Amino acid sequence: MTTVFYGSRAWGLFHRASSSSSSRVWTHPPFVGLSPGRGLSRPPPCRAAHSGVRRLPFATLSQQDRDFFQTLLPGRALTDPEVLEASNVDWLKSVRGSSELLLRPRTTEEVSQILRYCNARGLAVTPQGGNTGLVGGSVPVFDEIILSTALLNQVLSFDVVSGILTCQAGCVLEALSSFVGEQDFVMPLDLGAKGSCHIGGNVATNAGGLRLLRYGPLRGTVLGLEVVLADGTVLDSQAPLRKDNTGYDLKQLFIGSEGTLGVVTAVSILCPRKPSAVNLAFLGCATFPQVLETFQLCRGMLGEVLSAFEFLDSACMKLVQDHLKLTNPIKACEVFVTGSGVLSLLILKRALSPLAESPFYILIETSGSSAAHDEEKLHRFLQEVMTSSLVADGTVATEDSKIKALWALRERITEALTHDGCVYKYDLSLPVQHIYQLVEDMQEHLGTRAKNVVGYGHLGDGNLHLNITSPSHDPALLAAIEPYVYEWTARHHGSISAEHGLGLKKRNYVHFSKPAPALRLMWQIKSLLDPRGILNPYKTLPDRASTD
Amino acid sequence: MSGRVLVGVKRVIDYAVKIRVKPDKTGVVTDGVKHSMNPFCEIAVEEAVRLREKKLMKEVIAVSCGPQQCQETIRTALAMGADRGIHVEVSGKDYENLGPLQVSKIMAALAKKEEASLVIVGKQAIDGDCNQTGQMTAALLDWPQGTFASEVSVDGDGLKVEREIDGGLESVRIKMPAVVTADLRLNEPRYATLPNIMKAKKKKIASVKPADLGVELTSRLEILAVEDPPQRQSGVKVESVQDLVTKLRDSGTL
Repeated sequence: MTTVFYGSRAWGLFHRASSSSSSRVWTHPPFVGLSPGRGLSRPPPCRAAHSGVRRLPFATLSQQDRDFFQTLLPGRALTDPEVLEASNVDWLKSVRGSSELLLRPRTTEEVSQILRYCNARGLAVTPQGGNTGLVGGSVPVFDEIILSTALLNQVLSFDVVSGILTCQAGCVLEALSSFVGEQDFVMPLDLGAKGSCHIGGNVATNAGGLRLLRYGPLRGTVLGLEVVLADGTVLDSQAPLRKDNTGYDLKQLFIGSEGTLGVVTAVSILCPRKPSAVNLAFLGCATFPQVLETFQLCRGMLGEVLSAFEFLDSACMKLVQDHLKLTNPIKACEVFVTGSGVLSLLILKRALSPLAESPFYILIETSGSSAAHDEEKLHRFLQEVMTSSLVADGTVATEDSKIKALWALRERITEALTHDGCVYKYDLSLPVQHIYQLVEDMQEHLGTRAKNVVGYGHLGDGNLHLNITSPSHDPALLAAIEPYVYEWTARHHGSISAEHGLGLKKRNYVHFSKPAPALRLMWQIKSLLDPRGILNPYKTLPDRASTD
Repeated sequence: MSGRVLVGVKRVIDYAVKIRVKPDKTGVVTDGVKHSMNPFCEIAVEEAVRLREKKLMKEVIAVSCGPQQCQETIRTALAMGADRGIHVEVSGKDYENLGPLQVSKIMAALAKKEEASLVIVGKQAIDGDCNQTGQMTAALLDWPQGTFASEVSVDGDGLKVEREIDGGLESVRIKMPAVVTADLRLNEPRYATLPNIMKAKKKKIASVKPADLGVELTSRLEILAVEDPPQRQSGVKVESVQDLVTKLRDSGTL
């Protein structure tokens, strides 16, 4: 079971997850120190390890090691604790490691030398890109050396005929988008973290995002990788070719391996042409079945120009309004509580049928090469959904500025949640018809214990982002949520992690979605590629014991 | 008082788009580039519609000067709540030379023709940044003006306008008919919702030529060249304080 830390509490609760969850083992965190508030001047103790993780017998950093790295990477082997602070803590501020060394190689050769040395010495390494991961996979658990891709930020080549981009792993996604954008291309993936995430990290986590519906997952668009293995071997599966059936496709092993099988140092990726006509419709629906019907209609009427279909519930809208002061473009779907606690609906022109407690919002994006063609399709679709009352109200945008503003309503929900208190985050793949059922069941199950239970996500991909908040970390609430949420998902044959990956937080739940023989094989592959287990330990794969 | 509001809306390159200068330096690339309504014009339309919704005004007329594509901009204003539109057809060389002086002559002529009580325009357009049309229009009509308005309210037979000025805020009371130019904080423009977008398709947009209004479009300005601002020198990242001190010394700053 994982714990989410919030505030200055040094302690968490530790459980060992098992499917017969009656037995619980409580373990102390490795570096427990005095709890804060006792007037100490040093920073709070390492909030390491959840899930009763014990530090494996890796070597500890010696002065000799430090000297080696400082010679190898002059000025780029950092030991200053203040600098390390940012890299030791994840974006959600929920997990903290205690690394004492941050390395910033500039070339693949340097990465190779680093890993060769660490492998020989038995030093654990955590590769780190933009550190925007949401499952605690990008930061050390104990004192692993952080291998940052921040300076592996060169674009190596871009072919405007084929649209194949080759670049180093540390290029920031948004920077790449701008770069290929100048040549009229677009990156095949887009996510809220684009301003900070590195393409290497995206590949290592098989990031999904907002454009997956249209361009498919990275498994399809990545044409080649350059990976450095645990022993320093540079594996060049680059071959930036659209088609290459020569032997086993090794790069697929590394895509989504979360840095546990090798360090990605360069990526070749196929970029689609930038659509010249992008339209965005932001619609409000009264019930979830209507959302689903709208989706089906959308698929039929918009067909090939559909590039994104996202949904969010009214609780999400309220969050972005309250915490980020964004505006709801559709006033008709606002539901607010008056002073006397009576729910009242703001009705504009048509008399809406009484809105359910949770109206929904949909974001539909179309991308194509002909503005007139797409607008006509979109308008016909909108006419249809309005006249059939599938949609209560909505707005359309064709200008960049308005499109960005509407996208912000969906993309910044994660940010708004961090302002709402302690966040318990779940990223699940479910059959599309049941997606919202889980949110409703969870609301009922938790009752007033939770502050907010919200659902949003990539409806088109069957991916729900379920988020629960509480004013401060609440172990009883967490116990109510897990394993209920995973059991619910498993019952519906879904995935406990659709796109966020397993990292530290979810690795021990993978058995809810993958059978034991599969996990055994994964461990075999890990042992083959990283016999000493130095690459990103304590992540992705569940504890060995539980798979044997 | 007729209760008619004339709102000027300008079709400009969308502010999120990256501007490119034409290689022959005669202007910026506009072909195939996304255009939208000038943000200050949106604020102006919103204010006009709100005045009508509060029943302080009776009719909102959206006006745009330019080629055929301006009709889209007028449609957006109609979708936001304007009642009808007027498209003043200006194209080709005339459009390239169209500036605040010409537009204000057109606005003044239309204001007289439509017997408007109020003319609202954005304080400036994000392409020209001239900030002249509203003021010139008021001068040509000999009407009072409330520029950089951050708040407008009807006060008897006049308007109370809160203006944003360098020193802070200034309150002026002006008689109607008047000209108001909208500043950023006047309001937050609404999104055009689907039912309104559908309705807007049926609203009337009248076409008229500048000559019909008795307006001469010759410009007294000639654009000599349009160039990119000088490239910003990229900075240098240093890894340690020692490096920083060394670099500062080398560059002679220390």
